[in-house]
Formats: sequence, C-alpha cells, structure tokens
Amino acid sequence: MISQFFILSSKGDHLIYKDFRGGAGNDIVGVFYEKVTALTGDQPPVVMTHKDLDFVHVRQGGLYWVATTTADSSPFTVIEFLNRLAALVKDYCGSLSEKSVQMNFALIYELLDEVVDFGYIQTTSSDVLKNFIQTEAVSSRAFSLFDLTNVGLFGADTQQSKVAPSSAATRPIQSSREQGGKSEIFVDVIERMTVVIGSNGMLMKADVEGEIRVKCYMPSCSEMRIGLNEEFSIGKSQLRGYGAAVRVDEVSFHQAVKLDEFDSHRILRLCPSQGEQTVMQYQLSDDLPSAPPFRLFPAIERDSGGRLLMYLKLRCDLPPKSSAINVRVTVPVPRGSVSLSQQLSSPDQSAELKVQSRSVEWQIPRFIGGTQLSALFKLEVPGLCPSSLLEVGPVGLSFELPKQTATGLMIRFLRLTPVQPGPSQRWVRYVTHSDSYTIRV
Amino acid sequence: MPYLGSEDTVRELRRALSNPNVQSDQLRYRNTILKVIRAMSQGVDVSGLFTEMVKACATVDIVQKKLVYVFLCSYAAVNPELSLLVINTLRKDCQDPNPMVRSLALRNMTNLRLPSLVEYVEQPLTAGLRDRAACVRRVAVLGWAKLHDLQPSSEIDAAVANELYSLLRDPDPVVMVNCLRALEEILKEEGGVAINKPITHHLLNRLKELDVWGQCEVLKVLQRYRPQSEEELFDILSLLDASLVSPHPPVMAATLSLFLSLCSGLPAVSLAALERARGPLLAACGSASREMRFTALCHIQLLLRSLPGLMGAHYKRFFCGYAEPAFIKQRKMQVLVELVNDENVAMLLDELKGYCTDVNTDTAQAAISAIGRIGRSYSDRCLEILTGLLGLKQEHITSAVVQTMRDLVWVCPQCSDTVCEALEGCEETLQDSQGRQALLWLLGVYGERVSGAPYTLEVFIDGVRSEASLEVKMELLTSTMKLFLCRPAETQDMLGRLLHYCIEEETDMCVRDQGLLYYRLLHCGIEETRKVLQGRRSDPSLGVLIGRPAEPISQWACSFNTLEPLKQGTAETKAASRGSPQHVTFDPKPNKHFSDTLTCNQAEAYSGPDSASGCADSCADAQAPGVALPVCLSPSPALSPQEFERLWLKRQVLHADKVLPGADNMAEEEEDYVCLEDGVRCLAIPGCSPQSLQAAMQLVNIQTLAFTPPHTLPWRVYLYSHTQPTDTAHRTLILAELLYTGQAKPRAAAAAAGQKGTADGEVEVEGREEEWMKEGEEATADEVKVTVKQQPRDDKALKGFLSILTTVLHTLSSDRK
Repeated sequence: MISQFFILSSKGDHLIYKDFRGGAGNDIVGVFYEKVTALTGDQPPVVMTHKDLDFVHVRQGGLYWVATTTADSSPFTVIEFLNRLAALVKDYCGSLSEKSVQMNFALIYELLDEVVDFGYIQTTSSDVLKNFIQTEAVSSRAFSLFDLTNVGLFGADTQQSKVAPSSAATRPIQSSREQGGKSEIFVDVIERMTVVIGSNGMLMKADVEGEIRVKCYMPSCSEMRIGLNEEFSIGKSQLRGYGAAVRVDEVSFHQAVKLDEFDSHRILRLCPSQGEQTVMQYQLSDDLPSAPPFRLFPAIERDSGGRLLMYLKLRCDLPPKSSAINVRVTVPVPRGSVSLSQQLSSPDQSAELKVQSRSVEWQIPRFIGGTQLSALFKLEVPGLCPSSLLEVGPVGLSFELPKQTATGLMIRFLRLTPVQPGPSQRWVRYVTHSDSYTIRV
Repeated sequence: MPYLGSEDTVRELRRALSNPNVQSDQLRYRNTILKVIRAMSQGVDVSGLFTEMVKACATVDIVQKKLVYVFLCSYAAVNPELSLLVINTLRKDCQDPNPMVRSLALRNMTNLRLPSLVEYVEQPLTAGLRDRAACVRRVAVLGWAKLHDLQPSSEIDAAVANELYSLLRDPDPVVMVNCLRALEEILKEEGGVAINKPITHHLLNRLKELDVWGQCEVLKVLQRYRPQSEEELFDILSLLDASLVSPHPPVMAATLSLFLSLCSGLPAVSLAALERARGPLLAACGSASREMRFTALCHIQLLLRSLPGLMGAHYKRFFCGYAEPAFIKQRKMQVLVELVNDENVAMLLDELKGYCTDVNTDTAQAAISAIGRIGRSYSDRCLEILTGLLGLKQEHITSAVVQTMRDLVWVCPQCSDTVCEALEGCEETLQDSQGRQALLWLLGVYGERVSGAPYTLEVFIDGVRSEASLEVKMELLTSTMKLFLCRPAETQDMLGRLLHYCIEEETDMCVRDQGLLYYRLLHCGIEETRKVLQGRRSDPSLGVLIGRPAEPISQWACSFNTLEPLKQGTAETKAASRGSPQHVTFDPKPNKHFSDTLTCNQAEAYSGPDSASGCADSCADAQAPGVALPVCLSPSPALSPQEFERLWLKRQVLHADKVLPGADNMAEEEEDYVCLEDGVRCLAIPGCSPQSLQAAMQLVNIQTLAFTPPHTLPWRVYLYSHTQPTDTAHRTLILAELLYTGQAKPRAAAAAAGQKGTADGEVEVEGREEEWMKEGEEATADEVKVTVKQQPRDDKALKGFLSILTTVLHTLSSDRK
C-alpha cells in the first residue's frame, strides 16, 4: 500500500506530489529532502524512516521517485512498482528527465490516477491503460489528451512535425495513434557484462545478464514471432545443433510470451502491447563463449624522481570488424596525487586526473577490435612511498559494444502476423554494456 | 519557469480563470487550469482559487474535468462548504452513459475525503457496485473502503459487506482484488476478510488471471489461511510452486512468505522452499535496478541466517561492481563474509583486499572489518593483508585496521604476536578517536610485548590536555594502569603525571572519578590492583564455533518481505554476522572503557577460590555440587582449538582399542591420564541453543569450544576446563565431549505437523523435539554420552567436574521442559 507518492528533482524541486490516503503532514516532501541532503555518500539508503512513515525511493533519470508506505509492506513490490511507474512515464513522455516530467505533469497525474487508487496498485499494463485512454478519445476526441500533446499544449515537443530518428526510440507511445505516427517496432537485445580479471590475467568471474526488450509503436497489436538462434540452449547439459552453441544458464519470460514453438524452433510468440516491455531475461554465469573483450598489461613503478609511472597497454580482443565505443578506463591512484602528465597514442583519446574520486580516467571514444593501445601516465605524488603502489587498485572499464552480444544470442527473424497494412518498420538492435569490468593489477 | 511570489501568481490566475473570454475558449480555459495545477504541484498555495475551480468543473471536457478534480481533491479539506457545490456535478456525472466519466466521478467523489459528504456518496457507491462496466465497479469497491477510512466509527452496512463478499466472484480480476483490499480495511477489527476454504481455493484458482500486483495482494492475504489437512497443504504448495520461481521478484517474495507461514510447522519443507527461491533471488541480485539489488541482498542475508550454506557456490555473484553505490557494496561484503570456506577463502580475500583502498572511506573500512571477521577462521592470511595495509599510512585505513586487530585479538589470542609487531609506528597515522582508543587498548593489554609501548603512551599523556575525546582519555587511564603493572619502572612517572592531571585538572566527571578510583586502588597495594585490572585478554570461545548455528526460520519469517531487513543498519548486521552469536549473551566489546575493568572483576570472581559457591548460586534450583565436592574450575589458561584437537586425538589413538564402548563408568588408567565415559539422562539438551548452553557452562567455569548446530545428529559439544591446584592436588586439564547419537529415528518431518493444527511454529518444533525424545527413551535408553579425559589424573577432581557438568545439564533440560 502506498500512502503518498512524489517525484523530486535532484535539486529538491517538487515535480509531482500525490497523496493517495490523506492524513499525511504537509511537508513530507521537505522532510524527505532534508533526510537526503543530510547524508553524505553517493546515494542515501533506499528506505528511510520518519516517525511512522517509511520512505522508499528509487533513482531513475536523475530524479527521486519516492513512495511513502508502512513498515509491513513488501519492499519488492514497492520498488518494482516505482521502477515500473518510471518506465510508464518514460513510455508516455518519450524520455525520462526533469524537463520531460515537468512538461507532462498533467499527463503523469492522469496516469497516477489510473494506476493507483487509495494507495492500491490497480494496473500498470500499458494495454489496459491504453484502453482507458481510447475510451476517452472516443467520447471526446477533439479534446483528448493525445491531441493536447500533439499540439504542444503541455509544452511538449510536437512529435508530428519532426521525423523521429528511428535509431532513437525515445518518443511517447501515444503519438503512434495519430495518423502521422509511424508504426514501428524495436527489438533490442541488451546484455550487461560483469567481469573480474585477476592480476595474473586469469578470468576470475564472468557473468552476463541479458534481456530482449520490445518497444512497440504499433497501434493495433498483432502477433509477433521472434526467432532466436536455433543453437540456443539452456543449462549446462543441453546442447543443440552443430554450430557454435549459444548457451545461457537461466531464462525467464514475460508472462504474455507463448512458448509452444520455443522448444522445437526457438521461437517466441507474443502480442506486444504498446510501450516498452522485457520479453525475455537470461543469465550466463561463470562462462563467456569468447575471450573477454579487453585485457590490460600494466607496468607500475616509482621513478627516480619520486613520481609514479604507469604504463598501461590495453588490448581489445574483439573480432577485427567490430569495435567498442565510449571506453573509459578508471585507474585508482594514490591519495594525494597532484598532477598528471600523459602520453597517449592518438589525439582523440583523453585522460585526466580526478582528485575527487582519486583516479585517472582514460577515455577512448572508439576502440577497434584486434588492436592495442598504450598510454603512459606520470603522476606527481608528494610523499610517495613504496607501499603507496598498493593503492593503485583494480582498474575499472566501462564501455559499450554495439551490434554485439556477449552470449552470441541473435535474432534470426522477426515476423508480424497478420502482415501489417501500410509501411511498418521493424528494427533489431544489439548492444552489450559493461556492468562492471574489473581488471586487478 | 520564473518564480513568482505565490500571492501574485494566485491573483493572476484568478483573473484569468474568471475572465469570460478565457472561459468561452476551451483551450485557453484548460491552459489556465493547467497553470493552476502546475503551481500547486510546485508547492504554491493556490487554495484561494477554489471557487473559480469549482465553476470550471462543470464542463464536458474530460481532460479539464480530470485536472479540476486533481485540484479539488487536494484542497477540499480546506474548503468543506464550497465542496458541497461540486457534489451535484459529480452525482450527475455518475449517471453519465460513458463508463469512463462514471468511474471518474465516483473516484473523485470519494477522494474528496469530507465526512460531511458521506450521505451524498453512499447511494452512487451502492449503484456503482452493480454497474455494468468493470472500471466503475473497481472504483466503487474501493470507494467503500475510503468511506470506512473517513468514518471508522460508523458501522458499514452488513449488506454492503455481503455484497463485497459476493463481488469476490466478479469476472474482472481487479474488482476481485479490490474487494479483498476493501474488506480487509472495513473488517479490520474482526481480523480482516474471512479466509475460509472456499474463498482460499477460489482465490488460488484465479491467481493466474491476476497481474503481478494482484497476485502479491492475494498471496499476502492467504497467509492467514491454515489448511485443514496435510493433503490440502501440499496441494496448495504444488499449485504455488510456479509462483515461487516467478521472474517477478514481488511475486516470488510474496509466495515465499506464504510458504513460510503455511509450513511453519514443517521446517524441512520451508528449507526446501528457500532452496527453490535461491535462483530468482540471485537473479534479483543482478537486476538492473540498484534498489532491487539491494532489496534482494538484504533478504538473502535473512535466508543465510537459517541456511548458511545456501549461497556457498555462488559467492562470485556477491563480488562488488566497481561502480556500485556504497550501500550495495557494504551489504555484499557482509554476505561474502558469511560464505567463506576453505576453497574460496583465497579468492575472497583477494577480492576484499581490492575494496580496502576504495575511494569511499566507509566502504574501505567495511572491507577491512570484513577481512577481520574472516580472520577469526583464517587468521594468518588475513593478518598478512591487514599488516600490509598499515604500510599505506592512511588515516582511515590504519584506524580501521587497528580496530579490526583489536577485535580479532579478543577472539583469537594466537594472533597477538603478529598484531604486537604491527602496532609499532601506527600512532603517527591515527587521527580519529576510535582508532586511537583501539591502539590504547592493545597497548594496555599487550604492553609487555610491544617494546615501544611506554613511549607511545607518553606521547598521549603529554597531549592529554588537548585531547577532546572522553573515551580516549578513559582508555588512556586504563592502559597506563595496566602497563604500569607489567612495566613499572618505565611507566611510573608518567602514570603519576596522568593521575595528577585527571584528578586535579580534568573537568569531566567520568574521567576524574576513574582517575580517583585507580588512585585509591593503588593505595590498596599492587596485588589488589593486579587482581582488579588484569583480567581476560581474550575470549576464544567467541571465534571458533564450527560455522554459525542455523537459526530457525521462524525467527525471521515475520520480517521477510517487509521493510525491516532493509532498515537494519550496518552495525546491527555486523553483530549478527559470522561466528559471533555470543555477542547477544555476552558483552565482549573490549573498547568500552568501563566494561574492561568490570569484566576483569567478574572473571576474577569466577576463577577465585570460592567458585564452587558461585556455581551453587548459579544453579540454585539444583543441588549445589560444589559444596559436596570441593573442586575449583577455571577456564584459563585458554586452550586453542588446535591444541584441544591434538590432545583429544592423541588420547584417542592411544586408547582406541582399550575403551569398550557403552560401558558405564569405565575408567581407563595409565600413568597420569584417565579417560572416562558416562551417560547423562538429559533429554532436551541436544535441542538446546548453543548460546544458552555456553552461557550455562561459563557460569561454572567450563569453557565450550565447539558445537554442532542444534537438532543435528549426531550432536556433539566439546568442552574443557582446568581444576585449580589445591593443597592436596595439582592442576589438571579436563577435556570433555558430549555426544548424542539420537537412536530414535527422526520421523518424517511432515508427519507430525498436520496434527498440530495452528500452533505457533516455534513451539511446535520444540514440542516435536521432545516427543522424539520420549519415544527414544522408551525404545533405547537414550542419553547423552559424556566422554571425559583428564590429565594428569585426579579422581576426586574428575568426579567433581562430572557432577558439576551433570547438574548443569539437568538444570538446562529441566528449563527446557
């Protein structure tokens, strides 16, 4: 049960406030913000208590999404709900930011009204919500909320005038209902990689968490069939096909997915509802089908002038045709490091010393597979002692691998039945992110 | 948006709202209303516009209506009279042909929260219950709950309750769940909605139609149901099995919670459910949402309390990602500490070592103390890391390391040599009071082994005038006193200065009083002082329990899937983590300035010559054995587990062939060594919690070294004690083993619970335990076998020991009955 709900910007501006049960003090938003600001650290605890009120919050899009509730309610439910609500708002507003929430506040109030009544969650399915909105549109079409967003009354960008770039599926789902909206469907395979590589170069831990996400802008939902690799196998024992096996450990599906063709042909059938939904989630633990994408060969020493020398060689083990983008290497350095001089191998790279987080950040915008980059960092550290080298801790990498999946999962085909009238566009995208990629030195 | 003073804003908005030109142009009108709502959600008080907004309510434009309702519901309480004006419009809307309009009107009518309007609302609500459109029924059902909330004293018509009950069979699943919610609130005083067999089965059958939220709600309500037969219970469980591994964490958690409450009498089934939920919980731990990860982690900590081995193979899942926020990292470390075993210890320590230099000081310190806790089992490797960290010469790291070493030495005295070596030179880096306090404690207790101890203390004493921390001053006093006892020549002068300062100049009462106390104590003579001050330096019993006794699930089941586990601070969970369950019963914190001296006193009293009478006091309800057989036991000098094992096994090898099993009072003699077996009839002992057993043994100066967890078979406890030298006998060491093999076969756990009905889980478990015991007693003479080994031999002392042990066991088992 949720007593109050509010959205707060990171600066503490009240964006949305709704009291479902009544009886709360006027200033609970203020109380919450005080609690948040009173604490140091990167994120305040998820649950905070004030008198007999419990604040549960998540951070999404740089905003605090806060629900107040009672101590005996399920944290799983409240947090999942807040996340789901943020996703809904994202679906309806196109993107999630302070600005978009501010502009669409009336829409969000309306959503909240339908989603929660008297503190009880009624529905969060965009199918049901869409029905509600359709009813409204039928009764008074001229004044429906859709039209409002379209003419920019809410201050929102008018979606019709622009051609939304198909690569960025960030637009409100409702606009597709109007004549101008393109009927498009995006199927994204997104994987997150967690890797720990020991100081001896051994792979200590490798986990992949992946999901297939469908974002649908089709006005009328038809059945969709998603074909995965035929060799896709689940669990350790099962192997299929003769090609390179694509193996995962655990899979779970959205409840709307029909699996009758999954066992035989690895086909998922579903009727996508509007907006974004996760169709399938899977995990692969302690195993990577290919070599880890990056290896680091560090040499760290103290030079005669008392400076700290770090010579880093970073090798990208991806296939030569592919590449990693937005690679950021974070090397923790000893406390008290003052200045950094660097030698990088190409001008588009950059490196800087972040005193706040005690690290050197080396940015590589694009890293082509099969190549090797090196960098030499000289750090001025007053009072450097031999044991300070211990502080040059595990190196963290963050990167994005477009058009690739770590598990090798591919989508063979994407079919819509019955065939959509008019132009419809289907997009399949793959991306692998680093969730946490750590190399010990 | 430019910020305007709220009065200006309100005035401007009012002018716009009452402008006929705006009113006639719907778009402009709506736009103005939007501005009002925007101002409202930004915290501007726009309640003054209530009249204008009431007028704006009468419109055909649904969007405008919705906006106005948002306003009205927020400010109705401020303007109850004006709100009456809205009611008419709302009632009219309730007759609208469009179900959307009807539900909107009905919802907002009840959202106004005005007791004065109740009479107008009841009729449309009753009609709403029978509306054709499901969306109206959903609203109407919850509307009754809102009415009840508004006037909790007024009786809701029984007819309404009946109607709500019948709506549980509504074809729309949301209406059904809303009915449950409404009935729960309305019938709160009667204990909520009646959960009988037909309703339960109806709800279970419809579970599949519901969405995630509805399922959670139903599962939560079903926790009150008690199946009538075991067969029914297992039917329900198998029906819910799919939900237990649901990919949606809320459903999984709610189902597990329901399982735990249904199976509270069947620990085996509950444990199986926990194992089954492991996969989904681990998946939630890797969820993209940080908050969800955190929640799952906190709940895994709960599970580990009962099933320490649950996540053993998956320890890598709890390695911290480098970009994870500190609060997740710290929880993960707490979990990691629980998962240490021989195979993964090297890997884990390597990982934890990496966190010690984290940018976030809290994380770094948490990592260091995690290493310290692992050090209780794997001291050498951990000490190596900890000493290495001292080399960094960083304030927060050194402080955490010294504190960790202090805590480690308290439970593992064998580490003291390494620690003493490492201490040299630390004082230069230490800044915070807690770290310095820890250093002072260590110097006080192990002062004779740290060559520079007096000089370090002298620096502290010279700076005592500018010392801000009270605790440090107290610790300094105690440490200097202790050091004076072992190194008087070097310390005397500075002790004098310190006491002089404390008594003459110090303004704080506590410090001054303690100074005076020590001063007077010194007057009593050095022997007296020594007696008071030199107590135990360590408590090895705290560290070396075999694993951690698994708690029964019922201990935490009620807080599962609530906010409780997320709130528990780091400190609390620290105390509850690995190997230190005795923190509950004892106060081992050596850093508390006064507890130090106090525990010394206690220890002194226990090991003093009158320990027999002390023991008589403690088991007042039993015959005092010590009076009959004057034997003085003492737990010190401490015996390390390794040493115990060596002694015990040595004897076993020597005599394995000679000891006839089962022979009562069979004494084996050889030189100065004796081995004796005896049976003690104390039925409930194996079910006894290690804490209480240990506490009881401690009272009579018997040290417990290791346990198997309660309720395991065979159940063993290892004990030791020393008899004090008297004029007729010399000092002896006694090792003892309690063994309970449990001849009676444990019946299938499932069988007993069904008959027990609805009794509380805890009671039931114990009850069954005793049942077994009784049965066992009838079948085979079932008793706890005591094997005692003594060295050197002293029959009298041995008899005394046995008699004390028997008394304690009897006392304990009579407590249990």
